[in-house]
Amino acid sequence: MQEFFSTIDAGTIEWSRAQFALTAIYHWLFVPLTLGLAVIMGIMETCYYRTKNVFWRDVAKFWQKLFGINFAMGVATGIILEFEFGTNWSNYSWFVGDIFGAPLAIEGIVAFFMESTFVAVMFFGWKKVSAGFHLAATWLTGLGATISAWWILVANAWMQNPVGCEFNPDTMRNEMVSFADVALSPFAVDKFCHTVISAWIIGAVFTVAVSGWYLMKRREIPLAKASMKIGAIVGIVAAMGAAITGHHSAFSVAQVQPMKLAAMEALYNGGTDQSLTGIALINPFEQPDYANLEEPELKIAAPYALSFLATNDLHGYVPGINDIIKGGYTNAKGEVEPSLEEKIERGQQAISALAAYRQTKKDGADEATLSSYLATLTSNMQYFGYGYIKSADQVVPFIPINFYAFRMMVGMGCLLILFFAVILFFVYRKDITRAPKWLYLSALAMIPLSYIASECGWLVAEFGRQPWTIQDMLPTWVSVSNIQSSSVMITFFIFLVLFSTLLAVELSILIKQIKKGPEYDKVESL
Amino acid sequence: MQHRSFFYRAYDLYRDGFRHMTIGKMLWLIVLVKLFLIFVVLKIFFFPNFLSQHAEKGEEAEYVATQLLNP
Repeated sequence: MQEFFSTIDAGTIEWSRAQFALTAIYHWLFVPLTLGLAVIMGIMETCYYRTKNVFWRDVAKFWQKLFGINFAMGVATGIILEFEFGTNWSNYSWFVGDIFGAPLAIEGIVAFFMESTFVAVMFFGWKKVSAGFHLAATWLTGLGATISAWWILVANAWMQNPVGCEFNPDTMRNEMVSFADVALSPFAVDKFCHTVISAWIIGAVFTVAVSGWYLMKRREIPLAKASMKIGAIVGIVAAMGAAITGHHSAFSVAQVQPMKLAAMEALYNGGTDQSLTGIALINPFEQPDYANLEEPELKIAAPYALSFLATNDLHGYVPGINDIIKGGYTNAKGEVEPSLEEKIERGQQAISALAAYRQTKKDGADEATLSSYLATLTSNMQYFGYGYIKSADQVVPFIPINFYAFRMMVGMGCLLILFFAVILFFVYRKDITRAPKWLYLSALAMIPLSYIASECGWLVAEFGRQPWTIQDMLPTWVSVSNIQSSSVMITFFIFLVLFSTLLAVELSILIKQIKKGPEYDKVESL
Repeated sequence: MQHRSFFYRAYDLYRDGFRHMTIGKMLWLIVLVKLFLIFVVLKIFFFPNFLSQHAEKGEEAEYVATQLLNP
């Protein structure tokens, strides 16, 4: 085994990770705006349907046009991730087996048929179908995109919390034994709710920012005023919803990925009555000496808040990094957590049993011997990945990224609640059309900031689960294909150029259309 | 085809829609160029299926086992 891993170019792992991160981050620029604008344009058109006022139709058409540009630019960017699985992560792809196949196939079918059908009705059908059918098509376009997101997030949630499957030692693949467990695992539900609601925030911020720009330029006043109001209401509801679903997500993480939570919090040594760190001094470029430090320097924390976040109990026990390595505490399942040393030993037993099972089967040995190996494999399979671990450092994610990304996400979430509250104050108590210029400028600044917050959420989700591609079952260096790092590096830079170009084109088209403004009382606008 | 039939109306919806597109024409062009780059250039030249290149059909499990369990 060591011979094999020594032949893998260490750069391949890092370049493959970087390439996947680049693609996923780029893909995530389009998805949240699609999901968010779907809600905004749905509400606008519902206003038209209820009032029959053509103003609302023009407003809805304008936001649908911006939705369409973003939708078109985002089409198929996620497919590249699947290519990367097959080329760079072939061991992982095979090991995952059919678990990914089912959700991704459903996603593909739903995306193609539901979205493409209703998108066409939405853009082409203003004078071809009834107002009610058109409204339904608009909402179903958003629903289709949201259902697509569901299946992708189910696949991602399975990697973080592999449930509903059994490993088949003959095929070397995980096989789904319960579709419901995979599709409806609490981890997947929490991830879906938090991700989609946070996407609505992006749509709301975009709406408020574009409207703010119009108000600053003293043009499209009625559209901007109406859009500002709807955007801010959606935004504040979504931002508060993201806080609630964020709590549920953190609770889920504490249950199944305690190391991720410990890294997010830079919690070296845990215990009961744990406080939630507001800020602390951690070198952003270096892994802290968690084994010897009691806690980060200059820590300012909210008492009991981490215990509440992780256990729904102010006095609940939260394990720190060193506790997880040492084991011996009662975990979320009510069992005594094994030490890392025990997990490594059990992982090695699982790998040895699998190797012996396959060799023995080739040699034509009796069923009793095979059953014995199989029993050893099954009882230790949950720690399979630990068999590849050599030291404790390998199972601790890079703390600074998790720590700061989590704080940026939460901090921005709080700032957005305040921002939307101020907008609504001007909408309802003052005159939003005559608000100070700084408010409009701050709305524009919120676009990149809200995106940074959203991407930070993914950084926490993905950096926090390192070194695992499948939690506790497969580390990155085992998942990767035995290919040259130079080939991955080349495609990384091709993507960088391609993505940057496409992004520049999208921004250019979007800005041009925003500057052009809505087209009032016209038949078709896209 | 009956002009009131569902299929004609669906065809008419798409035909008129595509005919009257303004910015949509440019978006479609970008989408097609992007799909060509992704499915033809990237997939064929840069993202071959690693396992199908390194293992015979039906022998993928053996190949992955060798990779993961090679003593």
